Parts: sequence; structure tokens; C-alpha cells
Amino acid sequence: MTRSVELIDIEMTFGITRAVEKLSVTVESGEFFSILGPSGCGKTTILRLIAGFMQPTAGRILIGGRDMVGIGANQRPTSMIFQSLALFPLMPVWENIAFGLEVRGVPKAARRRRAEELLDLIALPGYADRMVHELSGGQKQRVAIARALAVEPQVLLLDEPLSALDLKLRQHMRSELRSLQKRTGVTFIYITHDQSEALAMSDRVAVMSAGILQQVATPRELYANPRTAFVARFVGETNAFSGKVERIADGLAVVETEHGTFLGRGAAGLKAGDAATVYVRPEAISLGTGAGGNGLDALAEQLEFEGATAMLHARTEGGQPVMAALPHHRLTDAPPAGARVRLSFEPAQALVLAHA
Amino acid sequence: MHSLVKRFGPGLGSLILLGVAVWLVGMVLAPNLMMLDFSLRPNLTPAQIGGPDDHYTLVNFSALFADPVHRAIFFKTIWASALVMLTTLVVTYPMAFWLAKVATHRAVAWVTVALIIPFWINEVLRTLAWYILLAFNGPLNVVLVGLGILDTPMRWFGDAGVLAGMVYAYILFMLFPVYNSISTLDSAQIEAARNLGASTIQIHRRIVIPHAKAGIATGCVFTFMLAAGSYVAPALLGAPGSRWFTEVIYNWFFEGGNWNRGAAYALVLLTLCMVVVMATLRIFKVNLADVAK
Repeated sequence: MTRSVELIDIEMTFGITRAVEKLSVTVESGEFFSILGPSGCGKTTILRLIAGFMQPTAGRILIGGRDMVGIGANQRPTSMIFQSLALFPLMPVWENIAFGLEVRGVPKAARRRRAEELLDLIALPGYADRMVHELSGGQKQRVAIARALAVEPQVLLLDEPLSALDLKLRQHMRSELRSLQKRTGVTFIYITHDQSEALAMSDRVAVMSAGILQQVATPRELYANPRTAFVARFVGETNAFSGKVERIADGLAVVETEHGTFLGRGAAGLKAGDAATVYVRPEAISLGTGAGGNGLDALAEQLEFEGATAMLHARTEGGQPVMAALPHHRLTDAPPAGARVRLSFEPAQALVLAHA
Repeated sequence: MHSLVKRFGPGLGSLILLGVAVWLVGMVLAPNLMMLDFSLRPNLTPAQIGGPDDHYTLVNFSALFADPVHRAIFFKTIWASALVMLTTLVVTYPMAFWLAKVATHRAVAWVTVALIIPFWINEVLRTLAWYILLAFNGPLNVVLVGLGILDTPMRWFGDAGVLAGMVYAYILFMLFPVYNSISTLDSAQIEAARNLGASTIQIHRRIVIPHAKAGIATGCVFTFMLAAGSYVAPALLGAPGSRWFTEVIYNWFFEGGNWNRGAAYALVLLTLCMVVVMATLRIFKVNLADVAK
């Protein structure tokens, strides 16, 4: 695979605030790459740096192997889909789509033809002469995508384009974006604060927090092996028990917490005496003693039925909330509120990360 | 009218309506009808008024187009006002765009104050300042000759002086409508256009100017009307070769003592301004209600 976008030791500061701490990322060509993080984490800044709306304070940006320093936003092989979509309200749909061709001096007939091809691609044939305000939210979305694709960019930058849509449409657009990306082969860099969106669509995800790149990995890897406490808490639901590492044996860390002593997979570099936290996904916790060896007592508080599973919310004696996802077949013997329960999990399902 | 009564009650509602009616009839309609009446009668001595010669005639209007000097001044006023309008737009547009989309809040506040402060001074005095600046031995000529740009001082009074004085006098009437309309443009649209490869000129031509159309039309209408009706700038900064139609009207009223001729000339100017306003609005496809906003 060739490299599509390379960020090399990028840094960005605004006055005294540091929006992006020094980071390096390489996005492969044809990849659906997401940058995930809460608002204000610097992800939009990175997108704007790639688009060329801002210059990094330090570091280099390469697109298709070419250094982007001194190359303006209107000269870069990128095209962006804005959060607000930023369609041009005074132009009909086809002129919106063909705007990038118009400014490149493509003759009108060819522009119109290309716009209609793209309208077919986004399943909106016959909409060429509509005005933007006549379209529904999902249609506007697709016109924005067509407009961005019309200039045949190497990289498509998407700035939370689905956040304004309702849930149903958002889920639909998710799969549509994904299949469009596979069909066109264009590199997508997708910004979102919605972890389920990032996990569902992406080939790889970069997680950011407070301007710091936390981890770059495939969605499965990110979920199974978060490398930092932030990633563990931000991506998916998790239970966290803080304590101190007593010893390390066979790659398993023994952690003393106020809720009990737990065994878990120790992260690299973890050593005895470290302050650390044990992270366990709710679906890894089961009712009863189980086979695992990690067990804790808690008081059941409530059961939330979620369809395929039900989430049991309980509380330890120390007052810490614990969540356990119970599979469907265990719902019959689910404990009533106020019952004392014994919960357990396997060491292989628990991850121990040292405190930063 | 119904909503007025609904909001203020029948008493206060009708009082407001009455006030507006008195204003329109007494301050707008009556004087203009009197002007129309004046303009359609010949200029007579007091003894002849009411006599056999006192009948309606178009002689005052035909006199304007029969007199080559007055006719020339009339048409010159039209195109010169259009030139003032265009120059003001060209000077103002970059500033309006900068204020609306580029400048920080702090800079906007400072620049706005700096632009408004001169307008606390009376228009005559402001124009007098230009009179001093542009004088033959004034600062502008001293600087230009000192820098070696000019060999000998220039006579600025005349067309150049009038243009400078008017552009300066009416700049805010153009700046604020244009600034207001540009500032309602979503900056993401500018970025989207740039992102799609548009140059700065293409962005302005296709995105910013079409969006700011109503503001530009409003500013143009204001500036044209003010320029066509201006008296101070041509009187102070003009030369015999740059007479303005308002000066001719003034002369008929106050020097020539021929109010009937003056009234006819004034009505022609009024009609012309209305035609230009309507034409501008038609060209920009803006309606009068948008301008009033």
C-alpha cells in the first residue's frame, strides 16, 4: 500500500494554547481512517491542517508523497465535507456539484454531464436543477459528497458530516459512506466524536484527547487492547478498578484494589509497585463464580433491557458502580434489585494499565 | 394595521396611525405636490399671479433640455454620481470583507470607531477639511512634490476634488450595508469554495458577491441618491467646470429668484433618482423591502 497522507511531527499552537501536541500519523492510500475524540481534542485542527486552511506551528504534511508546505488550500489534492455541509444556497444542485470543475475552467456541457453522472452515483438522478433548500437532510448530505468527489481528490476529509442527521438516517449514511469509499477507492479521513461511528466504518482509528494522540489501531484492536486509560474509557463501556500492582507473574499482573485482588493482562512495562487500574468490559463480567478466579461481591441496583443483552448495574461495598452485560439466556435468573450478587471475570479479559 | 391595533389597543393604535398619516401627508406629500404645482406654472410677477398668464405649462421642463449648459450639467451629474457610487463600492468592498470575515473582534471595534468619529463633525466642516488638504498650497501637494511624484503642484479642485470629497462623505452608507450582508455569509462557504479549488477572485465572484447582493444594492442606492443630491462637496471642492445639478437648482431658487424653474429642475432630479433606484434594484434582483431592512 502506498502512503496517502503523512503527518510528521506535527504541532499546532494558538497563542498559548496547544491544540495539537507533536504527533506523527501515516494514512495509507484507499484507507477509511477515523480520528476519534471528544470535542476540543484537536481532531478538527488536524483536518484543517491537512486541508491547508491552517499552517502547522511545526512539522511537515505530505500528501501523496508531496510536501504541502506553501501549497494553498485551493491547490491541494484534498476535498472536504464540512460539518455544516456548506452547500452554496444560491446555486442549483448541479452547479454545486460542478463548482470545483467550474473554477478549473471545465466547459459548461462537460460540467453538467459530470454533475449528472455523480447524481446517479449518489442515487439522486433528476435532481440537477433543484435548489439546495428543496432537499432533505440526507439528500444535502449526498450532494455534499458528490461535490467533494467531483474534483477527484486523492483524499476526502469529512468533518463530522453525520452529526446533524437523525439516528436512522445516520446509520443508513454510515453504510452508504463506507460502500462509497470502497467503490471509489479514495482515502477517507473521517472526524467524529461518536465512537460507534468510528468503530463501524473505519479501517483504522486514531484516538485523540486534549491534543495528544492516544492510539492508532484497527477498531477491534482498539476495543480489545486499549493502550491508555483514556482509550479504555472512551471507546466502549468499561469497568475500572484502581489499585496497586503487587507482582507480575507469567504476564499476568496481580492488582490489589479496595474491591478485591484481581488478575489481569499487564501492559508492557508494568512493574510491581505501580499504581494501576484494571479494566474489564461489561460483557466480560458474568454472574456467579465462573471459572475465572477474579470475583467480587456487589449489590444489584437495576437491570436495563437492551434487546440482545441486558445491562446489570450493581454497586460494590466500596460504593463503586459495576456494569455487567448479561446475555439473553441468562435473563431468567437475573437478580432482582437489592439482591447480593457474586460477579466474576477471567484474567485474560481484564487489562491492567499503569496510571500515567 | 390590524396588528397595530392588536398590539397597542384601539386608542394608541389609531394615534400612531394618525401620526404616520400626518407625517406622510404634511411632510412628504404636500411639499412635493406644491413643488409640482410650482413647476407647472410660469414665473410671473406678483401682479400677474391669478391673471390670464397664470396657467399650467411645461415651459420650465422644456427649458432644462433646451439649455445646452444645464442639460450638460444634468447628464454629467448622473454619470458622475454613478462614478461616485462605483468608486465608493470599490473602495469599501475590500474593507467590508476584511471587517466581516478576516479581522478580529478587537480590530473591528477599533476600525469602526475610527470610521465613525469623523462623522460626528458636520458635513460642511468635513468637506472643508478636504478643501484644506486639496488646496493648491495644501498638504497633499506639498507631500507629492516633496516625494518627487509631482514636479509642480496640481489643481485638485474640480472633478477629482468632488469625487474624493463625496466618496469620503458617503463611505459609511456603503460600508455598513455591505459589511452587514457579508457578515451573514457562513465562513464555511468561503472555505468550501477554496477547498474545491477556487481562487480568491472566483470566491468573491461566485460566493461572496452574490450573497452580499442586497447589501451592495442598498449601498449603491444610498450613495447614488446622496451624490446626486449633494451640494456641499461640489460647492466647496468643485471648479467652474465641475458644476453639479443641485447648484443649478440652488441658483434658480436663491439667486435667479425663479422658483418655478427651480421646482421643475428639482422634480426632474427626483424622478431620475427614482428611476436609477428602481433600475438598480431590478438589475440586482432585490426588492425595496430588502433594502429597507
